[in-house]
Amino acid sequence: MQKIQERTIELDGTPATGFRVIWREFKKDKIAMISLILLFVVIFGVLIWAPFIDQEKLMKISLLDEFAEPGTNGFILGADQGGSDVLGQLIIGARNSLVIAVIITLITGVSGIAIGIITGYYGGLIDNIFMRIIDFFMTLPTLMIIIVFVTLVPKYNVTSFILIMSLFLWVGTARLVRSKALSESRRDYVNASKTMGTSDFAIMFKGIMPNLSSILIVEMTLNFAGNVGIETGLSFLGFGLPPSTPSLGTLVSYASNPTVLSEKWWVWLPASILILVLMLGINYVGQALRRSADVKQRLG
Amino acid sequence: MWKTIVRRVLVMIPQLFVLSMLVFIMAKFMPGDPFTGLITPQTDPNRLEEMRQAAGFYDPWYIQYWHWVTNALHGDFGDSYSFKVSVASLIGERGMNTLWLSLLSVILVYLIAIPLGVLAGRYQNSFLDKSVVLYSFISYAIPTFVLSLIFLFIFGYQLEWFPTSGTVDVKYDPGTFDYFWNKFYHLLLPAITYALLGTTGVIQYLRSEIIDAKTQDYVKTARSKGIPMRKVYSRHIFRNSLLPIAAFLGFTITGLLGGSVFIETIFGYPGMGQLFIQAIMARDYSVITTLVMLFGFLTLLGSLLSDIIMSIVDPRIRID
Repeated sequence: MQKIQERTIELDGTPATGFRVIWREFKKDKIAMISLILLFVVIFGVLIWAPFIDQEKLMKISLLDEFAEPGTNGFILGADQGGSDVLGQLIIGARNSLVIAVIITLITGVSGIAIGIITGYYGGLIDNIFMRIIDFFMTLPTLMIIIVFVTLVPKYNVTSFILIMSLFLWVGTARLVRSKALSESRRDYVNASKTMGTSDFAIMFKGIMPNLSSILIVEMTLNFAGNVGIETGLSFLGFGLPPSTPSLGTLVSYASNPTVLSEKWWVWLPASILILVLMLGINYVGQALRRSADVKQRLG
Repeated sequence: MWKTIVRRVLVMIPQLFVLSMLVFIMAKFMPGDPFTGLITPQTDPNRLEEMRQAAGFYDPWYIQYWHWVTNALHGDFGDSYSFKVSVASLIGERGMNTLWLSLLSVILVYLIAIPLGVLAGRYQNSFLDKSVVLYSFISYAIPTFVLSLIFLFIFGYQLEWFPTSGTVDVKYDPGTFDYFWNKFYHLLLPAITYALLGTTGVIQYLRSEIIDAKTQDYVKTARSKGIPMRKVYSRHIFRNSLLPIAAFLGFTITGLLGGSVFIETIFGYPGMGQLFIQAIMARDYSVITTLVMLFGFLTLLGSLLSDIIMSIVDPRIRID
């Protein structure tokens, strides 16, 4: 009996760490929990469903089904101008948008974190050079330049789209990580590591980076939401994913035709709502992660 | 203060130079040349070649760059072949439209954001505060084009409260009151959409500023002198928190410019954002390069403006 009591006291005494904090934060915040579950359902649902859809059959034009209303001819969400199933396009589009946003987030995340930590750790000349470059990128009209690049690339495909996006979107992460790494590398444990002869590389990526991990996770989550937004926005304008790879934005872009916008709402509204749900969900999860990363803001 | 401003302006010059280089290189990569649009089956190839030589098409790149920059500084940005007018007059006309839209949007942003931010900060953790935080979160997360489309669908097509495109109906004569009212009416829906999305920064800043101010010494002093809390808020806290908001102006304008591509395309509003998309579609390169350069310049100007206002408002910034 005595022993058991002691153990519980000991458990209560240790502060929750890592995933337990995050879990506790989500349990306290109902909306964040719902967002998380919803996101899991949407993402896994889309990823599992998409391979079963025959894309060639989906995009085949059948004029008989032109703008079929929801529920008729076996179209649950209706059909678009070419008589293609909206639901199928929605699933494929969501899959493409999500996968591409993840890839862009990873590329910009890795390069941004690496550049941020290196410049923050070394400081001096390297820091100065990179800060000028970052300052310059911050003042660019990014959206317009991405659009111009997209129209200039001769053999435009998904890879070039990802590269163009990544070229301009690493900057924010690098700036944030640099400022955190700058204050982190003045800490005692870094000095201690230096005196012990640890290599710079090990200090940066085995010492400083794990200490920034909570901020990095939050940043990557919010970037992911941002990238979904930018990609669908560009695809909506017609400068995002190439036509062979439909995106959620492509489906929304049918609404640039006023008749479709005003009368055939089933073509574009589901995709718009799905984008809204994804953006709100990912951002909400990101906010909850941010709170669990900051002791002062925690709810639980 | 003047020293800070001059230094800040000097920093802008190399940034502008690099931007112009980037735009110039982009223009060089664009297929064709300024005369491609003039080619018709009747065009004599020799005449075209003469025109190219006269325009310095075969000069080394640094001379071409120099010509481009000096012409641009004289207000000559070339001609738009798809609109058949000079780029300067085209952008002048469209720019006025965008200016009106931005102006109304900025006014609306502050009209919405200041009361909400102040009240949320004052009654922290109340129901109102939580609603405001939720609103500012949602407006941050929603992509511009999705909200614009949904608003256009609901208020433009379903309820028919607002016109769905254009700047003014043709039946009105310029100069009359009806004409201005009609123009304003066309601006309203895009500006409201803009404003609802643009408030996040101001609300969050104002709210946290007021929450911080509550525990400041000057508030305690005022309270201990017996000034009622209501007056402390309106006279002391509000003034102190409001000044830095002015500094947001530059960034707000910059943000509006970025969003204008979506808003103007969706609401069929003939401003610079829509012009950019039209120019891209028509491969009208002289318009594209000028617009990219102009937007880059305005972005720089926005951050310059913010820094200058900040240095006037907050003397601590001038030190470094």
